[in-house]
Amino acid sequence: MNMDLYVVQQVINAVSVGSLYALVAIGLSMVFGILRMTNFAHGDMMMVGAFAALVLGAAGLPFWLAALGGIVIAAIAGIVVERVAYRPVRGSPDVTLLLTSLGVTYILENLGILIFTSSPRNFPIPDLMNSSIQFMDGQITFTAINVVTVVLTAVSLSALGWFVTRTDAGLGTRATAEDLGAARLVGLDVNRLIVTAFAIASAFAGLAGVLWAAQAGIVEPDMGFTPLLKAFVAAIIGGFGSIAGALVGGYVLGALEVLIVAFLPSEVSSYRDAIVFAFLIAFLLFRPNGLLNRAQEVKL
Amino acid sequence: MATPEAAAAPVADMSEVLRVRDLVVSYGAVSALRGVSLHVGRGEVVALLGANGAGKSTMLRTISGLMLPKSGEIRFLGQRIDGIPPARIVRLGLAHSPEGRRLFGSLTVAENLRLGASTRSDRSGIEADRERLYALFPVLKERARQQAATLSGGEQQMVALARALVARPKLLLLDEPSLGIAPIIMQQIFASLAELKSSGVTMLLVEQNMSMALDLADRAYVLRTGKVSLEGDARELKTNYEEVAAAYLGASR
Amino acid sequence: MIRPAALLSLLAPLVLVAVVTAAAPRLVNDYAVRVLIVMCINAVLVASMGVANGFTGVFSLGHVGFVAVGAYASGILSLPLAAKHAYLSDLPHWLGSFSLPFLPATIVAGLVCTALAFVVGAPLMRLSGYFVSVATLGFLIIVNVILINAVDYTRGARTFTSVPRETTLPWAVGWLAVTLLVLSRIVYSPYGRRYRAVREDTIAAQAIGISVLPTRLSAFMVGAFFAGVGGSLYGHYLGSFSPASFYMAYTFSLISMLVIGGMQSLTGAVAGVIVVTLASEVLRNLERGIDFGAFSVPPLYGASQIVLGIIFILVMIFRPSGIMGDRELTPGLLYSRKRRPPEEYL
Repeated sequence: MNMDLYVVQQVINAVSVGSLYALVAIGLSMVFGILRMTNFAHGDMMMVGAFAALVLGAAGLPFWLAALGGIVIAAIAGIVVERVAYRPVRGSPDVTLLLTSLGVTYILENLGILIFTSSPRNFPIPDLMNSSIQFMDGQITFTAINVVTVVLTAVSLSALGWFVTRTDAGLGTRATAEDLGAARLVGLDVNRLIVTAFAIASAFAGLAGVLWAAQAGIVEPDMGFTPLLKAFVAAIIGGFGSIAGALVGGYVLGALEVLIVAFLPSEVSSYRDAIVFAFLIAFLLFRPNGLLNRAQEVKL
Repeated sequence: MATPEAAAAPVADMSEVLRVRDLVVSYGAVSALRGVSLHVGRGEVVALLGANGAGKSTMLRTISGLMLPKSGEIRFLGQRIDGIPPARIVRLGLAHSPEGRRLFGSLTVAENLRLGASTRSDRSGIEADRERLYALFPVLKERARQQAATLSGGEQQMVALARALVARPKLLLLDEPSLGIAPIIMQQIFASLAELKSSGVTMLLVEQNMSMALDLADRAYVLRTGKVSLEGDARELKTNYEEVAAAYLGASR
Repeated sequence: MIRPAALLSLLAPLVLVAVVTAAAPRLVNDYAVRVLIVMCINAVLVASMGVANGFTGVFSLGHVGFVAVGAYASGILSLPLAAKHAYLSDLPHWLGSFSLPFLPATIVAGLVCTALAFVVGAPLMRLSGYFVSVATLGFLIIVNVILINAVDYTRGARTFTSVPRETTLPWAVGWLAVTLLVLSRIVYSPYGRRYRAVREDTIAAQAIGISVLPTRLSAFMVGAFFAGVGGSLYGHYLGSFSPASFYMAYTFSLISMLVIGGMQSLTGAVAGVIVVTLASEVLRNLERGIDFGAFSVPPLYGASQIVLGIIFILVMIFRPSGIMGDRELTPGLLYSRKRRPPEEYL
């Protein structure tokens, strides 16, 4: 097989995976930026989105509508979680916030198991989505889902960029992320901005969940766990708290993973996840502000 | 807390913008304000003077809702505001330019100003005010697209002032505007404050620089260890310098 | 100053049960004994996690990684030779040629974990806040991946069996007593005061010359030792386990015990274990559905965990310091540390 084509194929894979990581990492960074909390339950918004889409699809809605419904329901779930579990502990020490989010993820995953049982379920997608597109006599292949993933990610990112730079709410969110006290002092409705941030972050995670399920073909209650951890790595690589950083980090991570699997011997590549986390630790030690050096300040 | 009767109280003194009665505030076991009373009338500039740690900043922070008082009451335009969350107080028409300015450093000057107008919804009014402020502080117009953190200390203070003013507040709380700023710039800023005063802005000013504060203010209070140790007309206080110094440090010295 | 002996007097009833179990096995309810053993093991793990975590203000999510290492290390060491040849035939020759009794295997496991904690902790303990939590979570994942992939040593993701089931109640109680004794001596000693100083105010601690990194590192290493011990106890109780036994579910379980009981108190660790274990048992029995005569509640598998999760969150909201807060329970005396001044509104 032509080496150049192999590389191109891997680039396509990396972009496809990286988009998903970017989507989840952005939500994670947004919430951290505005609340200084690491939301371990973020990954479960993926699960909520995917399962909601599954149920809506089973109820007869066309795929795209079910997916949209999944995203909306994920956003609502995020808002509910913020109101019920996170707002009461706002202002508490970091440890409390972290533990609360662990509690939420525990509840959500077990709720998923309770309702849907822990066995994986099929996530049906229209045949159109599954159709593969081939170039160069099949040496380069990708499916429609990959295309959709990249396109939707690009669209979402543009929408987010517009929101953040051109709307008052977006400006308010940036201000709150920088200095919550000052934001209050200029009269911003900080609660509403936080809810908005959660809604957007969870919607992104919901979208990522639907796309992930579409790519993998299955859904299960703990599907959000690994992507969440990878999203952490991505966000930290790019600079925790920075949306641009999460974006960059997502694609860097996608590239890293593909590099490990495609170019290392298989005995080593099965340690892929361990290598990724070793990278995480290396970044935390040597470049805690991420590649873009733009992480939010953390108290000692 | 704002009770129904308090809110319905006769709007007797509409000329009185702020009245604080017997305010007691503590940080845990340490009392910062031990029963302070003061008032600010419409269009007045009132200075709050005192040595470090006398409780001046605590006073402002309690008025704007950042701190909860232990006892006492604060009335803003006749309405009780002690215990109300800061965002609501701000929306009632009070602006606080805090100690250290607390600008949004990573946002531009223009964006900071836009945020200052968060409590207003009248587009044209906001724009008009913004133009007026740019006229008052021309350097801000120059640097409108620059990140606030890249400005000099004096320029940042102007941004902080402008940001507070664009809310068209009925009362402006100014905390130590001269802190860390070169005297020449400070003169400029106080000149602008004088202009604002003549256009009717009501201010409560906390300031270390006594002479500049007394030049600007109509009346002044001197705080010492959490209590008012002297109050009076600014011009009189300015001439009775020793009296003020004694009030700062305490007669026992 | 707390005298460790006072703490241990709490264990008296347990010791009694242990003695009775040893002397007259038929007298005691088997099920109750098993629950007690698990509680003792969890108490060892939660107390050690508390020292590594709550006491120095660093929240490590990787504690169970050390538990896993302890279980596997001690398991490999104490596996009977026949079993080793049967299905761990690819072990390096020196490991495959002997089999240690329970106590040495446990101690070696603890020491291995301590050494590992040094290697891992030296770089990580200088991080702060959420960085450390995410990094230690990374450690847990790395351990998990390695255990799954190092098939020659661990049988990979498949069950690791034939570990001699040596953990009886006397062993469990004995180790718990040792753990509490050692930990309370450390935590309530002058050296232990450094731990708390580092937690309460890192900057102030540095200002008076307490070096943050070695202090945190030593707490981390001590915690890891007992995690390894606990892992060995657990492994020799279960007899067979897999990497999945020592992953997120167990982590959350231990964390909930720590938090509910109180992160800054050794008695809290024990109290948390008791409360959560009992509550879990009760809830798990309710899962099978109850009949109230005319109406019945259908079986809801998994509901017990949800209820526990909800209780956990309620504790975080209303009483984050847990049942014991930062107090220890000694007979006749409630020893309480100073409260910090209330935070400002903003």
